Amino acid sequence: MTLMSSQRRRIAAGALLAAATMVVTTACGGDGGNKTGDKGPKAAAGFNAAVNKVANPSDKKGGELKFIGSQEADSWDPQRGYYGFVWDFARYYTRQLVSFKSEPGAASTELVPDLATDAGKVSADGLTYTFTLKDGVTWEDGKPITSKDIKYGIERIWAQDVISGGPIYLQQVLDPKGEYKGPYKDTSADKLGLKAIETPDDKTIIFKLPVANGDFLQMLAMPAASPVRQDKDTKAKYQLKPFSSGPYKWESYTPNKSIKLVRNDKWDSKTDTIRKALPDKISVTFTTNADDMDNRLVEGEYDLDINATGVGAAARQKVLQQHKGNVDNPQTGFIRYAVFPQTVIPNIECRKAIIYAADSKSLQTARGGPQAGGDIATNMLPPAIKGADAKADPYGKLAGAPDLAKAKEALKNCGKPNGFKTTIAVRNNKKIEIATAESLQQSLKAVGIDAQIDQFDGAQTSGIIGSPKVVKDKGYGIIIMGWGADFPSGQGFLQPLVDGRFILQSGNNNFSELNDKAVNGLFDQALKETDPDKAGELYKQINTKVSEAAVYLPFTHEKNIIWRSSRLTNVYTADAYNGRYDYASLGVVK
Amino acid sequence: MTAPLHETSAGESTATVVGAPDAPGTPDNSGTPDASAKAIQGRSPWQIAWTRLKRDKLALAGAFVVVFLILVAILAPVIVGLLGHPPDEFHEDQIDPLFGTPIGSWGGISSDFLLGVEPVNGRDVFSRIVYGARISLLVAFLAAVFAVVLGTVLGIIAGYFGGWIDAALSRVMDVMLAFPQLLFTIALVSVLPNELLGLDGSGVRIAALVLVIGFFGWPYVGRIVRGQTLSLRNREYVEAAQSLGAGRFYILRRELLPNLIAPIMVYATLMIPTNILTEAALSFLGAGVKPPTASWGQMLSTAITTYEADPIFMVIPGFAIFITVLAFNLFGDGVRDALDPKGSR
Repeated sequence: MTLMSSQRRRIAAGALLAAATMVVTTACGGDGGNKTGDKGPKAAAGFNAAVNKVANPSDKKGGELKFIGSQEADSWDPQRGYYGFVWDFARYYTRQLVSFKSEPGAASTELVPDLATDAGKVSADGLTYTFTLKDGVTWEDGKPITSKDIKYGIERIWAQDVISGGPIYLQQVLDPKGEYKGPYKDTSADKLGLKAIETPDDKTIIFKLPVANGDFLQMLAMPAASPVRQDKDTKAKYQLKPFSSGPYKWESYTPNKSIKLVRNDKWDSKTDTIRKALPDKISVTFTTNADDMDNRLVEGEYDLDINATGVGAAARQKVLQQHKGNVDNPQTGFIRYAVFPQTVIPNIECRKAIIYAADSKSLQTARGGPQAGGDIATNMLPPAIKGADAKADPYGKLAGAPDLAKAKEALKNCGKPNGFKTTIAVRNNKKIEIATAESLQQSLKAVGIDAQIDQFDGAQTSGIIGSPKVVKDKGYGIIIMGWGADFPSGQGFLQPLVDGRFILQSGNNNFSELNDKAVNGLFDQALKETDPDKAGELYKQINTKVSEAAVYLPFTHEKNIIWRSSRLTNVYTADAYNGRYDYASLGVVK
Repeated sequence: MTAPLHETSAGESTATVVGAPDAPGTPDNSGTPDASAKAIQGRSPWQIAWTRLKRDKLALAGAFVVVFLILVAILAPVIVGLLGHPPDEFHEDQIDPLFGTPIGSWGGISSDFLLGVEPVNGRDVFSRIVYGARISLLVAFLAAVFAVVLGTVLGIIAGYFGGWIDAALSRVMDVMLAFPQLLFTIALVSVLPNELLGLDGSGVRIAALVLVIGFFGWPYVGRIVRGQTLSLRNREYVEAAQSLGAGRFYILRRELLPNLIAPIMVYATLMIPTNILTEAALSFLGAGVKPPTASWGQMLSTAITTYEADPIFMVIPGFAIFITVLAFNLFGDGVRDALDPKGSR
């Protein structure tokens, strides 16, 4: 679609063509595409036009891409950000050795070279990774990016007292004993004292792992592995103006208000096969009112929600009925579930009774229904992860109805034929989670399980449900939570949830306190496996064992309803970014 | 408030009564012998008040609604058994799974669901409103009783004994009035255990709401009672009792307290609607009763997420709160006009 004059009509025509191909587009969606409003182009590409395929493909540069968000980043410092949208957005101003391929859907999880010439040479034992840097990769001031900049950037993760909050996978894998103290306490002259990374020259970087890890490349693709130049490192203040290695640089930033990025003219598109860099400017506006944000998106004032957490319940019906063509409904890679701490409900039959008695359909409706909530989940691996098997349904949850006969039988086997009392712990700041708790409470009542709902402070998650002692003291037999992977593999998704060695006294995520030798052993095997398909088989076995232990009741494979403005070009959702659009590829019509 | 007052004044032919509200400085009204004095002879102040209240149409309407609401709350299981569904029963067949809103128009109102169904889970709004009345009224009444008892006892002590006791109690009241009640309650509720003193679930929360709302309400009563006691304790009849050798406790109980009943009653009736609003606000903020127990404030808070698609669900609990508070206020105003403190004894 090349658009010079009378853009509106032509976008309308192009988008209508796209909309016509959408089988799922209903009359409502079609109407959305037909309307050409007063405020800018209103032609929409169609429902789910950007899910697993590219909507409005275009190479046209220029214009301003306008994000809006209701949640500010935890930090824009590449080594400190942990929110998913920060990782997606960070590719505008950071580059990594390897990064996710710019392809829609599942293809996005493939790692391709970015700063490096190839995806790394791995030694036979899986302990050494060697990368060579491309020629012509530069910082925003034109100086070349060196292997030492990359090493320094990664070293910043060790300085957890200053550079806190980001993922620490690299630290755990490269320096499991915690010998290095971080660049700010580094006594060597060049501050490059970390022994696990070697930089024999400016173009070569070598990683030496004490123990092999099949997901090491995934960790190098995180923004936390981005280069930072030592003379530009402002430590804790770096998040206010990161020094750019990507196609855009920071022009202005007012926390909680706005961000403006402009083109980095030193970035050379020839060195970058991933980032399209179509818009001339990128702006982000923050608001505290999520409902207001949805309305402004619908009115066309902004292009998309940077957080991509989905249109709120208030605007959902309007959006789906009147603007269906502007809506995408991707999987987010999150599973919403209930987990049963074994310290509170030690008897497996009692836990099975809860699983059988739960009404999956009702829980799905409470989550927002098949579109805003997601598909009914039957096991604990999301579809985008290798080893997932959507058909594995050991407790017959796909039927959607509770199995009262089996629930009662399980209760009998548990020695409590008339049911028992327990407590459901749920975050008080998530209305949807409270609704799911009520649904669960209601269906458990049918078999005599009396569940009290206890709403705890959602900001204190790590100290309340993250503390096994508090969980036991408060008698939380059921905890309602959700989980998404830091990187798309069984290790990234499942290990923190079910590996017994990940049980922590605070900030715990293995709420069930499952500590099964067989499961832990399978993780050790899978981590060493460099072939993703073989690792996937092992994760499948782990998942089966987790189902057998009856410690999880998965509700849904989460889906979001996200708004895509008609101005956006080159839009597609990426599994690598939890179903968010691949921001680095987006463009806009002027 | 002024309208019924004038109506009453016009309706009554006696100068005696008219004088009181119009001229606040008039200390006493008993000594005006006049032609119509015969007509009111033999009537106690309570009878006079009752006559006045009966003539106040708005107050009577308020009283009628209040009685109706109390009956509804008491008979909730019967009413719901006849006209509704169990308040916690899910009716997801009434819900459009895609949007989570009721399938039927007007929030799913039908002959089966008189006030429609709740979004997402399809619970019967009528049943939840009826059961919600129980929570609202129970908390409001008990909290008012608690505040009145505490306020009266401490106020009368402060007013009668004076001196350092008065100074200390008055400062305590000032502190209480300056205390951020809402924040305190939210903080308190979040640390409350699930089971306490044999209560569990919503029982703990209801007890906490009653105690907190009542505890922060007593200084209002206390101040009024203290002021009134201060002005009464030097009256001749109190001095007479003292000179006859009456003990302090006797004077407090037999001489002062009966004269305080009118202002206390007025304040208690006006306190109830405030308590209803506080309970609703706390439930709205998530510090009220626990789900699935129905409460009006909680329904309003749930309605926020779907107000654009299903405004009816927000209107109904809002209207219930509005009607209840209005009825109590009208009734309370009527009681105040009827029991004008200056008119007693």
